[in-house]
Amino acid sequence: MNVPVSHAIDPAAFGKLLADYTPAKGSSDELLDANGHVRPVWGPFLKHLAGLSADEVAQRFARGSQYLNDAGVYFRYYEEEGTSERAWPLSHIPLLIDRDDWQTITEGLVQRADLLEEVVADLYGQNRLIADGHLPASLIAKSPEWLRPMVGVQPRTGKYLHFLAFEIGRGPDGKWWVLGDRTQAPSGAGFALENRVATAKTFSDFYAKAHVHRLAGFFRRFRETLLNLRGETDSRVAILTPGLMNDTYFEHAYIARYLGFMLLDGEDLVVSNGSLMVRTIAGLRPISVLWRRLDANWADPLELNEQSQIGTPGMVEALRGGGLTMINALGAGVLETRALLAFLPRICRHLRGEPLKLPNIATWWCGDQRTRNYVSDNFGKMTISRSLSTGLPFTIGPNDVLGGNLNSSNRADFSAWLETEQDALVGQEAVTLSTTPAYADGKLVPRPMSLRVFLARTESGWEVMSGGFARIGGSDDASALAMQSGGRAADVWILGGSPTNSETLIPKQDGPYVRSRPSLLPARAADNLFWLGRYVERAEGALRLLRAFHARVAETGEPEAPMTAAIAAHLAQLGLDLEQPIPPGLQATLNSALASASKVRDRFSIDGWLALNDLAHTLAAERARPGLDSEDATLVMGALLRKITGFSGLVHENMYRFAGWRFLSIGRALERAQVMCGLLSEFADAEAPDGALDLLLEVGDSTLSLNQRYAVTLSRDPVMDLLGLDTFNPRSILYQLKELRSHVEALPGADFNGQPSPLARATLELYAQLAVQTPDSLTSEKLEDLRGKILSLSEGLFTAYIR
Amino acid sequence: MLYDISLTIKYDYAAPVHSGRQSLRLEPRSLPEVQTVLSRRLTLEPTANERSEFDDFFGNRRCDVSFTTPHSHLIYQVNSRVQRHPSGPTLDFSPPLARLPDELAAIRAMDGNQPLHFLSPSLRVPLDEIFTTYARKVVSPVMSAQQAIISVGQALHQDMTFDARATDVNTPVLDAFQRRKGVCQDFSHMMIACLRGIGIPAGYVSGYLRTKPPEGAERLEGADAMHAWVRAWCGREAGWIEYDPTNALIVEQDHIVVAYGRDYADVAPVKGVLRSAGGQTTSHAVDVVPL
Repeated sequence: MNVPVSHAIDPAAFGKLLADYTPAKGSSDELLDANGHVRPVWGPFLKHLAGLSADEVAQRFARGSQYLNDAGVYFRYYEEEGTSERAWPLSHIPLLIDRDDWQTITEGLVQRADLLEEVVADLYGQNRLIADGHLPASLIAKSPEWLRPMVGVQPRTGKYLHFLAFEIGRGPDGKWWVLGDRTQAPSGAGFALENRVATAKTFSDFYAKAHVHRLAGFFRRFRETLLNLRGETDSRVAILTPGLMNDTYFEHAYIARYLGFMLLDGEDLVVSNGSLMVRTIAGLRPISVLWRRLDANWADPLELNEQSQIGTPGMVEALRGGGLTMINALGAGVLETRALLAFLPRICRHLRGEPLKLPNIATWWCGDQRTRNYVSDNFGKMTISRSLSTGLPFTIGPNDVLGGNLNSSNRADFSAWLETEQDALVGQEAVTLSTTPAYADGKLVPRPMSLRVFLARTESGWEVMSGGFARIGGSDDASALAMQSGGRAADVWILGGSPTNSETLIPKQDGPYVRSRPSLLPARAADNLFWLGRYVERAEGALRLLRAFHARVAETGEPEAPMTAAIAAHLAQLGLDLEQPIPPGLQATLNSALASASKVRDRFSIDGWLALNDLAHTLAAERARPGLDSEDATLVMGALLRKITGFSGLVHENMYRFAGWRFLSIGRALERAQVMCGLLSEFADAEAPDGALDLLLEVGDSTLSLNQRYAVTLSRDPVMDLLGLDTFNPRSILYQLKELRSHVEALPGADFNGQPSPLARATLELYAQLAVQTPDSLTSEKLEDLRGKILSLSEGLFTAYIR
Repeated sequence: MLYDISLTIKYDYAAPVHSGRQSLRLEPRSLPEVQTVLSRRLTLEPTANERSEFDDFFGNRRCDVSFTTPHSHLIYQVNSRVQRHPSGPTLDFSPPLARLPDELAAIRAMDGNQPLHFLSPSLRVPLDEIFTTYARKVVSPVMSAQQAIISVGQALHQDMTFDARATDVNTPVLDAFQRRKGVCQDFSHMMIACLRGIGIPAGYVSGYLRTKPPEGAERLEGADAMHAWVRAWCGREAGWIEYDPTNALIVEQDHIVVAYGRDYADVAPVKGVLRSAGGQTTSHAVDVVPL
C-alpha cells in the first residue's frame, strides 16, 4: 500500500466522513495538523474507511466487539451497591502515530526510565538527592509509598524498575508531554493486546497490508528476560495478583495465560528459610521472579501494612535475603508521587547533565513561600491538587481546585487555603489534551485522548512497546477519559518504515523440540477446581431432581401426592426450598461454581467460562420470569440440564489431562457418588412410596439401560445393581468410586515406596467396601455410612494437598 | 540504675496451629546515653523452625521466627539485664512552637531518628481535627515545644481514665478518645495525634516499667505488662524527649526502651500470622527488678 506520505491531504477528499470534524480551538488534533490538513499517516486508513458503507462499518465493528465478548474481556464498573462487569468499551478507530513522531516519544521515555531508576535507587540508598537539596526530605518522609522497611534492601538484579508505563498527551503546541509515571504495578499492557486483536479483526483487510508495528515481540523479549532472571532454572516466574475483586484482574489472568506464567495471590505463597515458595499440591516449590500487580503496601502484613489480608508474611524478608526479584521493587511506587514532577526536570539536569527530552507537565510544589506566591499569582491556568497523590493529572479529585473556576469572592479563601495546606499542595498547569477521531453516526468526531506507553527492561536495555493503550473521552470533556465515567479504549498503530513481521509468542525453534515440564498446580487452584467440580455436579443433580418433581406436579396437579411430597422433602434436605418453582438454593450453588471458576480463570478455557456464565445468567433470568408454573419449570430444567451437560462436555473434551483436571474430576466423582448414596438410601428403601424406583431410574438417567438389560417389571434389586454397583454405568456409586481411585492414585505422593498414602488407602478401602456388596445387602443404613465416608474423603484430600 | 527484666508471654491454642510466622520486638535496645543492654536472651518453646534477627528502619532489634510443625501452645521468654543511665537536669532548650516548622524544613536526612518521619498520619494514628482542637486549647503559640508537649500530656492524663477493660489492642484511637478511657497504648496514640496536629513530631515507644516503686513512691500504672509512652521532638538543639501520658511524667530511670516507631503498628511486641482453626488464650507476666 504505497500512498505518498510527503504532503498533507485536504479533508474534503474523504467526503462525508470528515464533514463535521472540527477540533476545538486551543488544542491540537491527531488527525488534522495546525493548518487543518489531514496528517499523512492517516491518509490510507481514512481512504479505506471512507470506502465502506455505514452497514459495512457496523458489521466490522460488530466483528471486533464479538471478539472481545468471546474472549471474555470486561471491565469492572464500580457503583453504589457494589461492582458489576461491563462489556469492554472499545473505540474501534485506532490512534495512528507516525514513526518519526514515535521515535521522539521513544527516546524521551527511555531517558525518563533511566532517570527514574537513578532516583529510586537514591531514595532507597544514599539519599544524595535529599542531602544535596534537590528533593525536600519532608516530601519523601510524608509519602505513604516510601516504604521504610525497603530502605537499604538492594534488588537482586541491581535494578529497581523493570516494567513501566507512562501516560502521555500532546499539548496545544503539538509537542508530546508526560502526564504521569506509572511505576508501582502498571496495568494496561494486556488490555492493549486485546485492543489490538479486536481492532485488527475489525479492519482485518486493511490491517494485514498496513505495516502496523507489531506488539508480540515486546512481550516475547520481556518474557525471556524474566525467565533469565530466575538464576537457577528449577525456580519459577509468577505473576502476583491482588485477587479477583481487583478492577484489572481479567488482565492479570490474561497476561498470565499469554506468557505462560503462574497467576498467584498472596495466599498461594509462603516464605520458608528466607525463600519465596508457592504452595502446590506437590509441596513447596521456589519462586525467584515475581511480577507483582499488587500495590506494595499490601505485599507483606508483617512488615508493610499489617491490615493486608492479601499479602504474604515474610515477603520483605525474602527480598532482603536476595533470592527473589520483584518487578518492580517494593517501594518503587514513590516515583508516582505527583509533587515529584516539580523536581524531575532539575534532577535530570543534575544527574544526567541534559534536559528532559520529553517534558513533563509543569508542576509547582507549594512547600516554600516563593513557589506559593507564584501559584497564588498564576492560579488561573492551574489545577491545584494533593502533593502526595499518585493519580494521573486529568483525574480531578473531590478536593482539587481548577484555578480557572475561581472568582474574586473565593480568591481570598484560596490564598488562605494555600497558606494552611502548604507542602500538601501542588499547582499543575491545566492539561489540554489533543483530540483524536472516534466514530459516531457515519462520521468521525474529535475526542480528547491520552496515551499510555509501556517500557520493559530487557537484556539489551529498555524496550518500548510499539503501540499502547489510548483512552478516548466519551464526550468533549477531557476530565471524562476514565472508563468509569464513559471513556473508551483504543488501539494504537505505529505506522511507517519497513514492513513488519507478524510476530507471535511462539518462539522460533532452535534444535530439536523438547517438551517442556508440565506446569505446577498451586494448592489453592486445586482447591477451587475441586469445588468447581463439586458445585457443578451438585447443580446437575439438583436440576434432575427438580425436573422430576415439576414433571409430576404438571402431570398430576397434585404436589401433595406421596411421591411428589417425598421428592420435595429430599430437595428440602439439600437446601432447595420449593416455595418458589426454581429454588434460590440452586442459584446459590451455581454462583458458588462461578466463584470457584473465577479464581482459576487462567487455568480454564474461555469457552468453559462463558458456558458457565451463560448457565448462571439463564437461570437468573428464568427465576425472574413472573407466573412460572410447573409445566414451564420442567422445560426450564431440561434446557438448563442441556447447558450444564454442554459445560461438562467442554471440560471433558478440552481440558489438559494434568493435575488440575484430576482435582476437578475428583470433585465431580465425589459429589456424584454421595448424591447417589443419598438418593438410593431414601428412594430404594422399603418405606419409599410407590413410584420411587421409577424416579431413581429417571434421575439416574438409566431407564434405557435397565430396559435393555432386564425385560422384567421394576423391582428394587436391578435398580440397586444398576445405580449402586454397576461398574459400566457412569451414574453408579461404584463407577464413581473407581474413578476417584484412579484419580487419587495418579496424584503426587499417592504412593510412597510402594505404600499407598492415607488418602489413597481410604479411597481403596471405600471402593472395596462397596464392591463386595450385593444389591440385597446394600441397605439404606450401609448407604448412609458409605455417604459419610465419601464426604470425609474431602477432608483427607484437603489435608494431603490443599492445606 | 541496673535492672533485671523478665517477660513471659504464653499462648494456648484451642486447635493446633500448623504454621505461623511472627515478628518479635521484645528485647530492650541499647541507646547511647540512655541505656546499655548488658545481657539478653530470648527463648521460645517450642523451638522455632526458623529464626533471624536484624535491626529495623528505626533501629529496633527485631527477631523473626517461624513455625512449621503443629503446636498447641507457644511461650516467649525474655531475660535481659539493662543499665539505665541517669538523665541530666531537664533544662528546656526547645524553641517556641512557632519556630519548629523552619527547623524541620532545614532537615536534609532520612535516617530513622529524623523527626520528619513522625509528623504525618500513620496507620494507627490518623490525623483528626478533634485532636488538633483539643491540643490547641491547652497550648499557646508562645510556649516552647517542650512546654507544649508537657501541657498536652498533662491534659490527657487529667481528662482520660485508665481502664483496662474499656479498649483492646485494636480499638481505634478516636473511639478511645471519645470514650475518654483506655490503657497506655490509647493514651500514647492520643498524645501522638494531638502533638502531630499542632506540628510537633511525635512517636510511640514500647518498653518496660519498673515493677515495684522505690520506697515511699506510688506504683506506676502499666507495670504488669509491656508499657507504652510517647517520644516527641523539641527542635534541633533539644532533640527528643520522652513523656509518659498514662502516668503524667517525663520519662526518667523507671522506663526501659524496647522500640521506637510512629505508632503501635511499627513496634508491636508480637506481630504475626498463623494458620489455625480455633481461638487462643494469652497470658503475660512481667518483672522489672532493680538490682
